[in-house]
Parts: sequence; structure tokens; C-alpha cells
Amino acid sequence: MIASDNAREPTELEMLLPWYAAGTLRRRDRQRVEEALRNDADLARQVDLVREEFSETIHFNETLGAPPPRVLDRLMASIDAETARKRVPGAIANWLTGYFANLSPRTLAMAASFAVLAIALQGFMLVDIFTKPQSEISGYGLSGEHHGTFATVRFVRQANAGEITNFLQDYQATLVDGPTPGGVYKVRLGVTSLAKEELVRIVQRMRRERIVETADADE
Amino acid sequence: MAMQAPADEALIGRIARGDRLAMQVLFARHHVQIYRFVLRLLRDEMAAEDVIGEVFLDVWRQADRFEGRSAVSTWLIAIARFKALSMLRKRRDVGLDEETAEAIEEPSDDPERAVAKQDKGEKLRRCLASLSREHREVIDLVYYHEKSVEEVARIVGIPQNTVKTRMFYARKKLGELCRMAGIDRGWP
Repeated sequence: MIASDNAREPTELEMLLPWYAAGTLRRRDRQRVEEALRNDADLARQVDLVREEFSETIHFNETLGAPPPRVLDRLMASIDAETARKRVPGAIANWLTGYFANLSPRTLAMAASFAVLAIALQGFMLVDIFTKPQSEISGYGLSGEHHGTFATVRFVRQANAGEITNFLQDYQATLVDGPTPGGVYKVRLGVTSLAKEELVRIVQRMRRERIVETADADE
Repeated sequence: MAMQAPADEALIGRIARGDRLAMQVLFARHHVQIYRFVLRLLRDEMAAEDVIGEVFLDVWRQADRFEGRSAVSTWLIAIARFKALSMLRKRRDVGLDEETAEAIEEPSDDPERAVAKQDKGEKLRRCLASLSREHREVIDLVYYHEKSVEEVARIVGIPQNTVKTRMFYARKKLGELCRMAGIDRGWP
């Protein structure tokens, strides 16, 4: 029997009721609960409450929606990048070819092809950056890139060119300068000035990226 | 005769051999549930998307290390949980702690303020959303993800008896929140 006294410790059978309602209890425990339920009206009422919680928890979770298709697109692009890197060291160009071949027809629309080309060029630049000793990297500043909204980013040491290329693509960012002696790159987030709140939101999201060590607004 | 879908364990074996299609099948099978689990922990859709990508990328990288000691879905949830908690820790490091995030994202969670006009089910779901991270995690794992005591213990990394007591007190807290919201369920 269950007591209404809040201070009392729960019994073993009371604690098993959620798993009994969910049908995930081992047979022996399920039989113990069933036997107790036949003789304990309070325990049976407790099961009704558990079933109500069970039903509403499912309902609640079902309203949470699902991730958008871009999550799978990004995942497969990352997998392709890794596969290419393992197969032929330094063959990032092959990965890019395969990656573009796997894009959906919508993505391959003419309007996007210019952006893709720009990303590819950055990818090759990054390969170059990552294959040169730090002492030889004097900066990759691009002329005419002074207008817009900018951020500075330092990537973790393990980040590879494919991952950084994906990062730039995700944020529709353009690499405009770097690295500084501290390994910081300057990226352009838009050709026009973004609202300060928007810039803060983007930078905060960047900081959560696995390959990002630091990210700051460059105002 | 209907074609039988490959078991999750078979998919993991194929992924370990570099089968991209198997990866997509596994993703299609589990990504929604994993996303919802992570979203309930983080309460941030963009962050949850990022975690999902990382979870399945880890599966791609570590499929050959899967030993089959637990169900694949349990393994996935354990990876997702680890990554979500790491993200929460990182947020705290940059000054956006969990409670602050929760206060920003769900300002109307207070059951005393916001639920007067809603029906019982809606009120109960709001109370579910108001639980602490630990409590909503165990309730989701048991009710929505249908994990056994042993599986919850493995995912959360606590003893089985602690799983049982945590679930009991999560339910008790839910009952208290319901009472504050005007639902008298007769317990606790």
C-alpha cells in the first residue's frame, strides 16, 4: 500500500510503476507489480496517474518537431570530407568534386553556382594554408573586402580544410584575411551591415561549433 | 513477402565498412527521436541540430567500436547526451548558463502564471516542460524513449537504484507543479 505521507520513502514497487506502464519491466518484476495491483487499490490508482503522465509525455515530445533536411546534408558532406581525406591525403579537390556531385538539383541551381565556386576557391586556399608551415603564412587578405559585417575566428588545431569550408558555407561567410600570428582569421558575414543583435547571435552560434576555438564580432 | 528492414546492429556493421547508404538509413530511423531528446536538454533548436550532426558523425567514425552491449538507440542517446551536456558546460563558460537560457527561451513556464485557461493535458505538458533538466531527462527516457531501468542507468551513468528514485522524485515534483497549476491529481 502506498501512503500519502510525503516524507515516507517510496516502496520498490511504487518506483517500478513507470516502467510497468511503459512495458519495459523485466518479466519477474512485471509479475510482482501485477500481483500487488490485484490487492492494492492505492497502487492501482497510482498506475492511472503514471499512464496519464506517460501519455502526455509522448504527446509533448511529438510536438517538438523534427530537424530540417539540412542536418543530413551537412552530415553527409562532413562524411564525404573525411572519406576523401582518408583515401588520398591532400586530395581535397577530389572531395569537392564528389561533394558537388551529390548536391540536390535545387542546390545546383545556377544562382548558387557562383557561391559554390567561391567556397571551392576558399577550400583550395585553406588547403594551401594548412599545408604551409606557419612561418610561411603571411596573410590571405583580399583586396576590396572592406565593406560589410565581419567576425574573427580561430579554429581548433584539429580542424581540417573540409570542415572549415563547410563552416564558411554554413554561415555564408567569406574568408577575407588571416591568419594573424595568433591563428585568427577574419571572415565577412555579409556585404551590408547586420544589426548588432544579429551579429551577436551569429557569433554565439559560431562559438558552439566543434571546430571553433574563439569567435568574436569585428566591429 | 515483405522485405525486412535490416536491424540497427547490421546497419552499424555496414557503416563500419564505409557504407554511406546504411548511414542514411540509420539517420532516418533515429534522428527525430535523438533530436527531441537533445532539444529537451538544450531548449535551443539550432544547438540541437548541431548536436545531431555531431552524434551521427561520431557514429560514422566509431561504428567499428560498437560492441553491441546495449541497443543502438541507447548508444546514440548516450552519445547525444554527452555532447549536449558538453555544450551546456561550454555555454556556462561563456556566461550563458542553463537556467539563464531556460529563462530566456521559456519565460512562460511558471505554471502559476500561465495556465489558467488551459485544459488538464495542456497544463500537465507545461508542467513537464517546467521540470529541472535531470527530472525531464529521466521522464523522457522512461516514457518517450521507452528505456528500461538498466538502459537509463547506462545512458545517464548512475546506479539502477538511483534511476528508480530519480524517476520517483521527478514524478513527485511533476505532481507538485500540477497542484500549483490547479490540477489536483491526489498525489503527492
